[in-house]
Amino acid sequence: MVSLAEDVAIVAFEQTPSHAHFNDSEPAMIMPCVNSVIEQVGMDRHDIDFTIAGSCDYLSGMPFAFVMNIDAVGAWPPVYESHVEMDGAWALFEGFVRLQSGDIDTVLVSGSGKCSPGSYREGFSLQTDPYVHAPIGLDPRTQAGFQAQALIAAGKATERDFAEVVARSHANAKNNPNAQLSGDLSVDELLAEPYLQEPLRRLDCPPTSDGAAAMIIARADKARELCDNPVWIRAIDHRIDSHHPTLRDLTDSPSVRIAADRVGLHDGPVDIAELTVTYSPEEIILRDALGLNGETSVNPSGGPLTGSPFMAVGLTRVIELARGIRNGDGGRGVAHASSGPALQQNLLCVLEGDG
Amino acid sequence: MAPRPCAVIGVGQTKYKRRRDDVTLDGLVREAALRALEDAGATFDDIDAIVIGKAPDALEGVMMPLLSLCDALGAIGKPIHRVHTAGSVGASTAISAVNLVESGMYDTVLTIAYEKQSEGNATWALSGGKSGGQGAGGTFAPWIRNYIARSQAPEHIGWMVAVKDRLNALKNPYAHLHLPDISIEKVRESPMLWDPLHFLESCPSSDGAAAVVLGNDDIAKKSGRPPAWVISHAKRTEFGQFPGRDTVRPQAGVECSEALYRKAGITNPREQIDCAELYVPFSWYEPMWLEGHLIAEEGEGWKMTDAGDTELGGSFPVNMSGGVLSSNPIGASGMIRCLEAANQVRGTAGEYQVPGAKISIGHAYGGAAQYYAMWMVSSELNPEF
Repeated sequence: MVSLAEDVAIVAFEQTPSHAHFNDSEPAMIMPCVNSVIEQVGMDRHDIDFTIAGSCDYLSGMPFAFVMNIDAVGAWPPVYESHVEMDGAWALFEGFVRLQSGDIDTVLVSGSGKCSPGSYREGFSLQTDPYVHAPIGLDPRTQAGFQAQALIAAGKATERDFAEVVARSHANAKNNPNAQLSGDLSVDELLAEPYLQEPLRRLDCPPTSDGAAAMIIARADKARELCDNPVWIRAIDHRIDSHHPTLRDLTDSPSVRIAADRVGLHDGPVDIAELTVTYSPEEIILRDALGLNGETSVNPSGGPLTGSPFMAVGLTRVIELARGIRNGDGGRGVAHASSGPALQQNLLCVLEGDG
Repeated sequence: MAPRPCAVIGVGQTKYKRRRDDVTLDGLVREAALRALEDAGATFDDIDAIVIGKAPDALEGVMMPLLSLCDALGAIGKPIHRVHTAGSVGASTAISAVNLVESGMYDTVLTIAYEKQSEGNATWALSGGKSGGQGAGGTFAPWIRNYIARSQAPEHIGWMVAVKDRLNALKNPYAHLHLPDISIEKVRESPMLWDPLHFLESCPSSDGAAAVVLGNDDIAKKSGRPPAWVISHAKRTEFGQFPGRDTVRPQAGVECSEALYRKAGITNPREQIDCAELYVPFSWYEPMWLEGHLIAEEGEGWKMTDAGDTELGGSFPVNMSGGVLSSNPIGASGMIRCLEAANQVRGTAGEYQVPGAKISIGHAYGGAAQYYAMWMVSSELNPEF
């Protein structure tokens, strides 16, 4: 496990509901989140030392779309600020790394995305290799289908296992006011549904979602000054696998295994795991690669199968875990974010309560 | 804890040109990365993390390209991170990579910035994805006219910068434009694009990549290569439009340089800094940034240009490598500025070396002149001023 120069905690967090259609601009989604986290800790926004956001121009259909998002944060007088073309969880990574230098105290992190205006399958196929894969439209759902089929072929899972993930996620989401989908579904009912992308059915795939999330993280002394119940970020790491689906064992995630080792996942109990399960078979791969057993509550929020605002969804996993720890549902847990098709790139963040 | 000291221990560039159709995107970034590793005496195995940067994904039509470039960059099983801060991104990316080393979490970091503009339509992308847009020159020209009105600078200043940077580029084998017969007359007679900017006062559209290997103090000492210590870095952002905004001398640029100098202990940038690589995509931005980054007093920047102070061999050389006016793979241009500043203090700038340069700065700006990223490098870890 990497030794850290500074202890860092989450002191405030906020998210929008997962919207099927948010009928206003992306900054209009982010701004209430930013206002909320600043209010929670009673800070003046000008006292935030560093701000970093994650978003994706392609979702907005416009180069430099992220520039508009600073309207939601405030940049006058000028601010110390940056942006990653990645999920907000990677903005959190960079903010956490920045605090390790010890010369600043607070970072405002956000992630946002609106999937509803565009065509998800056409857009995201542009994430693949532009010479070989993108021209044939190798979109994420197709690759998720390959992954599901590989699991079945390897005898590692069945379609019933996928349906069980869906049923549990939707049931868990009944307790999550921010979820887009929720309810009681029987596994047999789910299995009676037609295929959308064989062997995946509609609810094995995520809904189209719009949403935003924000948090403030701080170095230890400042964190205690700003709130009574900081949630400590014990470790954060991310790793990537090859972009060639044929160069990977699609039934496993080596990058998750490396990250789990680097964050010392099993150096303590794992009470809660909030995982970016965008397609139901991914939960089976992630449980295995993370070495989770029956003692870990997986996606008590319902996870991305019940609301998947890309670019905010990974940061939202960290928020859901922090909320669970603050609520006393567990003392320590892991949040997972993912980027790229078929779980290509993975980030793990270990949180622990102030116990 | 104090930030862990960080140094440039290797640099690599591709040849910049209008169209690099001899390589894929993978090939382009790998070419720069391998050169940087070779310069550092390292291999991909020595790299703990990779940070990439480029301008909008729409320039090449590849969404979140780190996902498809990770194999070519030796990133499998490692962290690979992607920065996007408009035109300043090349310098922002270098700074994000420095943060990784300064955090103590990563010992050796490879950072790469690139653009392959020939694969798309840069003016379309720079106009926010609208056809028939004004492009970057159309945005900046009114502010340049405002600078000229405020400073009373004579019109030949822009022509002088255009000539100087292209003459410098003749000494740089990587530069895109090699125009040996450039002259004041040719610049003046070239077509007017956006008054007062002539064709030859504008940057080219280039393909290319630049890479830097950064190491902490232990790695730098072990490498045996001349280090360029990153003794300071700063970033600032402001809104692109609001009533009363000073677009000639944006406050974010002023505050960025103030933060940069304060951290390094610089009190007189004009005297204490030996040379600078400033982001000058249009000729007039040389005097504008000399003033906007506090190297010259307000209204005095053009006089430095006019007196030849900013020439190679002048008292404050600017854009010794030929600058953005000679090579502009947009997303890489800021990293090239940082890299060339490092070349100067490492003593590895070849024919465009400023003799004895010890302190240099790399700079980039972006958006509506609203994003700023700067770093300062030194031949010594703890220089005294």
